Amino acid sequence: MSIMELNGGSVIAMVGKDCVAIASDLRLGNQALGISSSFQRIFPVTDRVYVGLPGLATDVTTLRERFRYRVNMYTIKEEREIEPETFAHLVSSTLYEHRFGPYFIEPVMAGLSKTPSGGYKPFIAATDLIGCLNFAKDFVVAGTASAKLFGVAEGLWEPDLEAEDLFETISQTLLNAVDRDAYSGWGAIVHVITKDKIITRTLKARMD
Amino acid sequence: MSSPGFNFSNAVRNNFLQEKGIPLPKATSTGTTIVGCLFKDGIILGADTRATEGEIIADKNCEKIHYITESIRCCGAGTAADTEFTTASISSNMELHALSTGRAPRVVTAMTMLKQYLFQYQGHVGAALVLGGVDSTGPHLFTIHPHGSTDKLPYVTMGSGSLAAMAVFESSWKPNMERGEALALVSAAISAGIFNDLGSGSNVDACVITATQTEMLRNFVKPNERVEKERRYTFRRGTTAWKTENIRSLIVSEDITPVSAGGDAMDIS
Repeated sequence: MSIMELNGGSVIAMVGKDCVAIASDLRLGNQALGISSSFQRIFPVTDRVYVGLPGLATDVTTLRERFRYRVNMYTIKEEREIEPETFAHLVSSTLYEHRFGPYFIEPVMAGLSKTPSGGYKPFIAATDLIGCLNFAKDFVVAGTASAKLFGVAEGLWEPDLEAEDLFETISQTLLNAVDRDAYSGWGAIVHVITKDKIITRTLKARMD
Repeated sequence: MSSPGFNFSNAVRNNFLQEKGIPLPKATSTGTTIVGCLFKDGIILGADTRATEGEIIADKNCEKIHYITESIRCCGAGTAADTEFTTASISSNMELHALSTGRAPRVVTAMTMLKQYLFQYQGHVGAALVLGGVDSTGPHLFTIHPHGSTDKLPYVTMGSGSLAAMAVFESSWKPNMERGEALALVSAAISAGIFNDLGSGSNVDACVITATQTEMLRNFVKPNERVEKERRYTFRRGTTAWKTENIRSLIVSEDITPVSAGGDAMDIS
């Protein structure tokens, strides 16, 4: 048994046209035993940056607080909100600091970054448990269902999806992948981030 | 939290877990083919662009040729996070070194800094590197192993595709090649890795370093372009059943209600 399978859970993020989406399941388990079907593992960092933390639940809580502290310190020192690229490097160096005693978390980040012209550019990234960054232009996945998510997303994702179409694509990708993973499922949540609103929906999912 | 270096606060917990028979999850590794080759005017470095996590391809187009200084670059194989962070740290120290000496730093300096760092960690920092560049003493090409040993050779390969790439170099490399010929050889060596080694794949990155300039040829050859999908696979809107919805507006609107006239005028005396 891998330590990632102790509590289960998966996260996926996708890029759309002037929008990004991040989604995860809601299961918290103790190996095969389901404990909670409302376990949040996606957290807002700023208005337009979200982070998903699949992996060991104790580290989800620890890292969430650690990132909150470091982002708050950044905001106070810089007197501005953190950009998603900067946040990705903050996550990366926090995890690499623990290179020889890692947190069992594979973070997924999604957000909109400000362009010099005042617009917003979609941004997604993921890291492994020791902070190796992966900037993708299409989608990133992590968690116990990552192998299945890779397959479904590779088939369903296409460029320039509008926010509502991106919602359908990411939801179907997540739902169908976690239904083939015993450690993920028990409900799902999707956040679609656009330049002027954030749509959060909880999905109707299989509860077995 | 502010002390430098690695943090071992989770080590006791993780060792306990490991002793109970729970294995550590695998980190992203660059299965990799990386090469370097000497030619008439300098050095050419080459790399594939696949990053793997066990049998899964984590990134189909990652960058493995890292910046050290303007005229020194470094290809990384092994644990992806280690190659990324060691090269970034040495790049930073090389810049400080250049500033304090007031000279363009040498390739041997970068090589020595890298090998001393890797030797200090006794192979636990899993970075296998190909370092190349041109300085005041001419072109130099090195390989640096995770335990800190180094080699200086006219053509080198590293990573899981090193055997495939070396086969190409051994059959075709010759001294004093022209730029075009050397670039074609590097491409052929990386391609041998891409097609014959499972740990390597996707595109060829190359970097040509001469005494006068450095040319980074990102995705120099793309032999594995994905063809456009023949059909679209979008879902009809409303396909996914959802239970709750929350829309948070990010538009800041403000209603200003002017206080009715009749108040006292501001004292501006």
